[in-house]
Amino acid sequence: MSDKTMTAEEAVSRLESGMTLGIGGWGSRRKPMSLVRAILRSDLTDLTVVSYGGPDVGLLCAAGKVRKLVYGFVSLDSIPLDPHFRAARQAGAIEAAEYDEGMLFWGLYAAANRVDFLPLRAGLGSDVMKINPALRTVASPYGGDELVAMPALRLDAAIVHLNRADVHGNAEYLGPDLYFDDLFVSAAERAYVSCEEVVPTEELGTVHPATMRISRAFVSGVVPAPNGAHFTSCEPDYDRDEAFQRAYVEAAGDPERWAEFSARFLAVDEAGYQAAVAALRATGATR
Amino acid sequence: MSETTAATPSTAADATRAEVCVVACAEVWRDAGEILASPIGLVPMIGARLARATFAPGLMLGDGGAMLVSGTWAIGEPPPAYEGWLPYRSVFDLVWNGRRHVMMMPSQIDRHGNANISYVGSDFKRPDVQLLGVRGAPGNTVNHPTSYWLPRHSTRAVVERVDMVSGVGNDTVAAGGPGAERFHDLRRLVTNLGVFDWRGPAGTMRIVSLHPGVSRAEVAEASGFELDGPDRDLAETRLPTEEELRLVREVIDPKGVRDREVRS
Repeated sequence: MSDKTMTAEEAVSRLESGMTLGIGGWGSRRKPMSLVRAILRSDLTDLTVVSYGGPDVGLLCAAGKVRKLVYGFVSLDSIPLDPHFRAARQAGAIEAAEYDEGMLFWGLYAAANRVDFLPLRAGLGSDVMKINPALRTVASPYGGDELVAMPALRLDAAIVHLNRADVHGNAEYLGPDLYFDDLFVSAAERAYVSCEEVVPTEELGTVHPATMRISRAFVSGVVPAPNGAHFTSCEPDYDRDEAFQRAYVEAAGDPERWAEFSARFLAVDEAGYQAAVAALRATGATR
Repeated sequence: MSETTAATPSTAADATRAEVCVVACAEVWRDAGEILASPIGLVPMIGARLARATFAPGLMLGDGGAMLVSGTWAIGEPPPAYEGWLPYRSVFDLVWNGRRHVMMMPSQIDRHGNANISYVGSDFKRPDVQLLGVRGAPGNTVNHPTSYWLPRHSTRAVVERVDMVSGVGNDTVAAGGPGAERFHDLRRLVTNLGVFDWRGPAGTMRIVSLHPGVSRAEVAEASGFELDGPDRDLAETRLPTEEELRLVREVIDPKGVRDREVRS
């Protein structure tokens, strides 16, 4: 079996402009932020991003990386709205496909199962049908209700952040919720898993076998990334860095402060980012 | 849990507006049986916990993460015990199966019960104000009972027609066909001024009761359209019982976060 470990830069070098990229996690929870930061530093552009959106979406929008966004919401959880996402939408800067979050689930599941669509009730009667004019309904072949035919959300690539992985791409989550990471991975042509810690295979699943939800069959790269979900939560390894998230939101509201924030935290490599976060924390300004 | 204060005994007559709202929210889950209550907002959250502690003992309640909690516990405090695991994936099992009653907090709510949490403006491609996104509102409203909570009843929020139908109302549901109508079940809107439903003519919004001290004129002024309901002898939202007040003040919300959402 191959060793799939690589750096974030190597993983991002395998992505291409114009791709459809799925991003795991949920809101401001267990987002593959170190990979997102690597994308921010790359020359990738014109991306279609599929996400249960959090600061991953805000940051990519702010950097002009997004052509189209496929989402059900974008939220920072403890802070309801992401300012960069709002600004991008209100400027008409990105194409948007907004779906019920269950529709997103079903679209990923359809892609993972290689079917064109899956039927569901969610969306019927709502303006989701109007803002997505390509959406169709489907008559039941068995005489039941006509339902929404949610099209498969096929991903060229997916990035997710898990608590532990082995070098082959088997990965486990140790927090309370997998979110939809397994579907992002299996809906994608290739998937890159960043993780808090790369461990020997035999150390996976020792808490409970049900934690082992990402299979190496779907994984092209494993990126060691301690604190890689920062500033989103990565339970039980760490909680959301609420103070840093507030700093992100405050900076995002003002161009000058955003330039400062970017220079300090985003224009540097991951080691530089983590050092800057640690330095900020040492001043007592965060956590 | 916080220590209880040595305040004078709670009496229904000194209930605050926020406490009246808590009980009005709790009432939406009366006799709901063994379903998931999903309250959005502080007052509905306190209300759901109160409902389970009193007249809706079968309710299931989450911890804001992936766990289902048993017992009665205070806002902002760790739960006493868990009774189940409900990650987001499993929430859809309950939603699509109908074993849930959500109380959402809309940015706009209209005469026919359409709710908007997506954007304000006339052009989806370039909204004036981007909000959360539709989240689960389209699916919730066509799969299980839905109520709404509005902490500030105003003409900006209570509108003739929402800018974007996120939660499906009584008129738009028909356009969705039998698949949309089958489990569509709009229950109530609780605001800081009163309790409403959509059982007026052609499924339009109607006053069920006004909170103590609220006038018909005050509600009319705060609403973006003419509300259905009698001009006089309107029902008054019931006051909390002494036991309900005790539970709210001493057990569920000893820190008084309810007053942050509704000022007296």
